[in-house]
Amino acid sequence: MELLEIRDVSKIYNRQTVALSNISLNVGEGEFVSIIGPSGAGKSTLLRCINRMIDPSSGAVFFQQNRIDQLPKKKLRQVRTQIGMVFQHYNLVNRLTVFENVLHGRLGYKSTLAGVLGYYDSFERRAAYEILAALGLQEQVFKRCDQLSGGQKQRVGIARALLQRPKMLLCDEPIASLDPSSSKIIMDHLQRISREMKITCLVNLHQVDVAIKYSDRIIGIRNGEVVFDGPPAQITPLIIEQIYGTEAHELILSLETLQPGQKSPVKQSEVAHAAC
Amino acid sequence: MQPVEQTNLFFRQRRWSSLLGFVLIGLLSLGSAWLTEFDSVRAVTSFLKALNWLFTRFHPTVESLAKLPKIGEKMAETILMAITATMMAAGISMVLAIIGSQTTRVNSFFGTISRGLASVLRNVPVIGWALILQFSFGQGMITGLLALLFGTTGYLTRAFIETIDGSSDSSVEALRASGANYLHVIRHAVLPSSLPQMMSWILYMIETNVRDATLVGILTGSGIGFLFELYYKGSYYNHASLIVLVIILVVIGIETLSNQIRRIIL
Repeated sequence: MELLEIRDVSKIYNRQTVALSNISLNVGEGEFVSIIGPSGAGKSTLLRCINRMIDPSSGAVFFQQNRIDQLPKKKLRQVRTQIGMVFQHYNLVNRLTVFENVLHGRLGYKSTLAGVLGYYDSFERRAAYEILAALGLQEQVFKRCDQLSGGQKQRVGIARALLQRPKMLLCDEPIASLDPSSSKIIMDHLQRISREMKITCLVNLHQVDVAIKYSDRIIGIRNGEVVFDGPPAQITPLIIEQIYGTEAHELILSLETLQPGQKSPVKQSEVAHAAC
Repeated sequence: MQPVEQTNLFFRQRRWSSLLGFVLIGLLSLGSAWLTEFDSVRAVTSFLKALNWLFTRFHPTVESLAKLPKIGEKMAETILMAITATMMAAGISMVLAIIGSQTTRVNSFFGTISRGLASVLRNVPVIGWALILQFSFGQGMITGLLALLFGTTGYLTRAFIETIDGSSDSSVEALRASGANYLHVIRHAVLPSSLPQMMSWILYMIETNVRDATLVGILTGSGIGFLFELYYKGSYYNHASLIVLVIILVVIGIETLSNQIRRIIL
């Protein structure tokens, strides 16, 4: 049984700008899927159509047999608790502590009153602490988020999403604002989450090399359409050209001619950044 | 055309347009001075005369010090009025701002109504509100309080909307995506991000309102403004000048205090 099924989803902004046109794809449990494509191809829109932060214009989205695009508000909240989201700019409440930000992941399960009062039971608090420790943030638990580095903030973002006990994580450019070494830490954590916790990860990426290294499957999007869907091994220069256009293909080609041993993470990201 | 000539032309056009700007501003000032019969020579001489009057007649004397307890009492009344009006306005503005902000509005209909109301309240000056409200409430404390309340609500709503939109946009998205409901988002994302900035605005409005309350007091016959008018009309210039001095000291005091508080919370 597929966890997520997207059927013929289109999104048209202001009746003229086509962001997505007839996207169909299935994602299974525990899969690590990267979505790559040029800026403006519709990657973010696609991700947000899944948890309905953006309403699709047509088509259907099924998640655990729930048809998300037709759910009433209350049911939608319940489904959203099962889908964690991680953002490029972390989207934390900077004035609150790490601990408080992580506990926000529980709000979706709470009644209005319990949520407004900020009542978290001891299980929730212990779970929050354990997740933070597993992500290497035990020293930062009671620090305010504006005192953290970018990589640490992103780990707080991941912890918040994990405390939801989700079935799936939607990651929108999780490493686009991070330096190469923080990027590696974040990607390693995401990979572990998908492998060990069997949580499906859908990750928008700018870096083709990162996508190839970490994913079970890569989806290439161009102008709102799926132009590639397959395992990383099937990515060839020709495919890259189809996704990004001719100019990018040369840059990424030069990267592929490098010996695996010579690939320093710094160089890889630089090349991939230039390509995007 | 050669690149050099092109850049020369560009800078020549620049010079001409700035020159034209200065000439226009000059003409505008001269024209309005002529229309209002403003005489710059007389302006300077009467200003000197005013200064002279200030120093010879308008200063506190030993006997005016005897009025200090009464002035203090009225001053306290005025400060309390300013604080009360500001705090009431802050409460109303909070609700209006949450409804009116792009980030947290319930729907566009209420959003527009809220912002429209704030705009009307803000664009009538406090003195205007005092004059209008006098018709229904007569002279007295309540009229002054309401006038300040109206103006402050308009101003604070606008400031709070800017604060909410500026500080909590992204975290609101995150909490909504996790399944949190509207009130959860307000309580855990919007308020923590914007409260310190809102507090700063409230402190600023208290400062402003202490000054405005004096002026409104003259119109509505309440607080320190009323006392000032009483002394001034009765030619007790020494007492009146003591009031001005007290107001200045109080305003500076409140400003210093609120700057201290700001430094702690921001």
